[in-house]
Amino acid sequence: MKLSYRYAAAGVAAAALIAAAGCSSSSSSGSGSGSGGSSVNWANETSASAGGGMSALVKAAKAEGTLNVIALPPTWANYGTIISTFTKDYGIKVNSALPDGTSQQEVDAVKTENGTSKAPDVMDIGMAVALANTSLFAPYEVSTWSSIPAAQKAPNGEWVQDYGGYMAVGYSSKFGTITSLNDLLSPKFKNAVALNGNPTSANAALNGVMMASMAEGGSASNIADGVSFFGKLKAAGNFSPVSATGASIKAGTTPVVFNWDYLNLPSYVGVSNWKVFIPSNAVLGGYYAQAINKNAPHPAAARLWEEFLYSQSATGGQNLWLQGGARPVEQVAMTSNGSIDTSAASKLPAVTGTPTFLSPTQATDAANYLAANWAKAVS
Amino acid sequence: MAVAATSETGARPSRAGRRLATPTWVGTVPFLVYVAIFLLLPTGIVVVNSLKNPSGAWAFSNITELGNPLVRGFFIGSFKLCLLSSVSGAVLGAILAYAIASGNPDGVVRRLYLAGSGVLAQFGGITLAFAFLVLIGPVGLLFHASWYYNFPWGIGLIYTYFQVPLMVLVFLPAIDGVKVQWREASENLGASAWQYWRYVGGPLLMPAFLGGALLLFANALSAFATIQAWESQISYIVPQQIATAMSSEVGLSNVNVADLLALGMVVMVAIVMTGYALLQRRAARWLR
Repeated sequence: MKLSYRYAAAGVAAAALIAAAGCSSSSSSGSGSGSGGSSVNWANETSASAGGGMSALVKAAKAEGTLNVIALPPTWANYGTIISTFTKDYGIKVNSALPDGTSQQEVDAVKTENGTSKAPDVMDIGMAVALANTSLFAPYEVSTWSSIPAAQKAPNGEWVQDYGGYMAVGYSSKFGTITSLNDLLSPKFKNAVALNGNPTSANAALNGVMMASMAEGGSASNIADGVSFFGKLKAAGNFSPVSATGASIKAGTTPVVFNWDYLNLPSYVGVSNWKVFIPSNAVLGGYYAQAINKNAPHPAAARLWEEFLYSQSATGGQNLWLQGGARPVEQVAMTSNGSIDTSAASKLPAVTGTPTFLSPTQATDAANYLAANWAKAVS
Repeated sequence: MAVAATSETGARPSRAGRRLATPTWVGTVPFLVYVAIFLLLPTGIVVVNSLKNPSGAWAFSNITELGNPLVRGFFIGSFKLCLLSSVSGAVLGAILAYAIASGNPDGVVRRLYLAGSGVLAQFGGITLAFAFLVLIGPVGLLFHASWYYNFPWGIGLIYTYFQVPLMVLVFLPAIDGVKVQWREASENLGASAWQYWRYVGGPLLMPAFLGGALLLFANALSAFATIQAWESQISYIVPQQIATAMSSEVGLSNVNVADLLALGMVVMVAIVMTGYALLQRRAARWLR
C-alpha cells in the first residue's frame, strides 16, 4: 500500500491502477494448477524431480503459455537469442518488460505488481540487490545444480549466479596497446576515459573503480586507491563523465571504457578496431544472479526458464550466454564434461591471474566510501 | 416584504425547485480537485515519507540529513545551475523580447521568432545535450570547449538554450503592454532615455521580469534528463541524487532519502516564491 502511494507521487498511480484492475480478473489463474488435472502446485516445488520430472514441468509450463521477464536488454549477454530460442523450444510466449531497467527496478516491479498477471516471474539481478531481497524469492534447484560452484549459489537455491565476466578496459586501437592502467594518464587520452554510469548507482561502475583500486596496488577491501586514480584522471583532463554506451563508443566520444568484458567486446560495442585489457593484478569478477518470484504468476514457466538457462545443451542458456561473450556459471564443469561451445569460449578475452570477487561486506564498504568521496574526487 | 426582497436580490427561488441552488464556489471545484490530486497529495506524501525509515516507522531524525555537507552540496549545485541559467536566460530573453516587440507587430520576423521560441522552449533532454556534445563536446564538430564538462558552465550554457525562448514567450506580452504614449509623455516632460527606463519602463516591467526569471529558475530546478545525458557519472544536482537514491543497485538506494531530497526542493521553491512575492509587492507599490 505504502509503495503504491509512493508511486502516486511520481504520477504513475493512475496507470498502475488501470493495469491492476485490468489484470485482477485473470490473476486468479496464475497460481492454480496449470497442468490440467495434476495436483502439483509448481509454486511450491523446489526442483523439477520433486514436481514429477522435467516432462511434467514442461507440460505445466506449456499450459501456462506465458512467461514474464524484466530488464533483459536483447543485446546484453545474448538475451535476444536466448528468449527467442526458449519460445521456439517450448512454444511459450515471453513478455519482456522494461528491457533497460536496473536490478532495483526489477525488485520494485515484483513488489508493486505483486498478485497481478503482469508481475515478473523471474529476475536477473545484481548480487547486492539479490542479497537484500531474498524474502521475495522462491528456492529452486535446477537439474544441473551440482555443476554450479557452491560459492556461487544460495544453499537453498533462493538465488543462483548465472553468468558474469571480468572488469575490463575496452579501448580504441588508435591508442596503440595499453599495458598498465597508468598509461591512461598520458596526454593522448584527453577526455577519453569513461565508466559505465555513476559508481554510487551502477554496479558496473563501482567495479570499474574497484578494479582501478586493485591495479593501483589496493585490495578489494579498500576502494580509496581507485577513487584517487580517477581523481588523477580528472586532474589530467582525461576523465570523460559522459555515460558510455554503444552509441557513444561508435561516435567516438568514449574511446576508453571501464566495463564488464562481455559488454566490452568488439562484437558487442560494434566497433571493429576495439581492444580489451584486463590487468593481471586486478582480475575482478562479477556475476549476476537468477531468482524466481515466489508469487510468480506463471510458476511452472518460471522454473522451466531456469532449467533452460542452466541447461548445458548446445542450444541451452549456458552456451548461449557464452556466445554472447559472458562466462556462464557452469563453465568449469562444462569444460571438463565437454559440453562447452569451444569456439565461443576461445573468443573470450584471455585472463591471467587469480580472479577476485567482492564479498557483500566489501561491496557495501566500497559503496559507502563512494557515496562520501566520489563526487568530491572527480568534479 | 423584507423576505421577498432578499430572495429576489439573491435570484434564488428557495422553494420553487425550478432551478437547483448552486453555490458560487462550485465552479472552482475542478480546479481545487486538480490542485489537491496533483500538488497537495504528492507534496503530503513526500513530507510524510521523508520523515519515515524504510520499514515505515517514524524517523524525524531524517531531517538532520539535510544538514549533511554531502547533501548540502547537491542543493548548492542545483542552486548554482538554476541561478546561472535563469539569470542569463532572463536577461538575454528580455533583450530579445524587447527587440521583437519594437518591430512590426504583424511582421513575419515576429511570427518567426514566436513560433521558433515555442518550439525551442520545449527542446531539452537527451536530444539537446547530444546536440551540444556533438558541436562543442570533447570531439566537437565546431570546436572543443575545454570548459564543456566544468559544472555549472557547460550545462548552464545548455540550459540557457531552452531558457531564452521561454523568457521570450512569457515576457513579450508584458512589453507589448507598455504603451507608446507613456514614452512620449515622459519625453515631453524632458526625461532622458535612461530616466524613462529608470522611473517608468523599468518599474513597470520589473514584476513581469522577476516573474519570468522565477519561472526559469523553477524550470531549471526540475530538469533532469538534460543533465543526465550531459554526464551521468557524478551527481551534481538534487534530481540526479534523487535518481541515485531511488535506483542505486550497489546498496545505496533509500526511497525515504529520495523523499527527503524532494522535500528540500519543495522548501527551495517556497523560499524563492516568498522572495518573489516580497519583490513584486515592492515593485508594484506605485500601482496602488
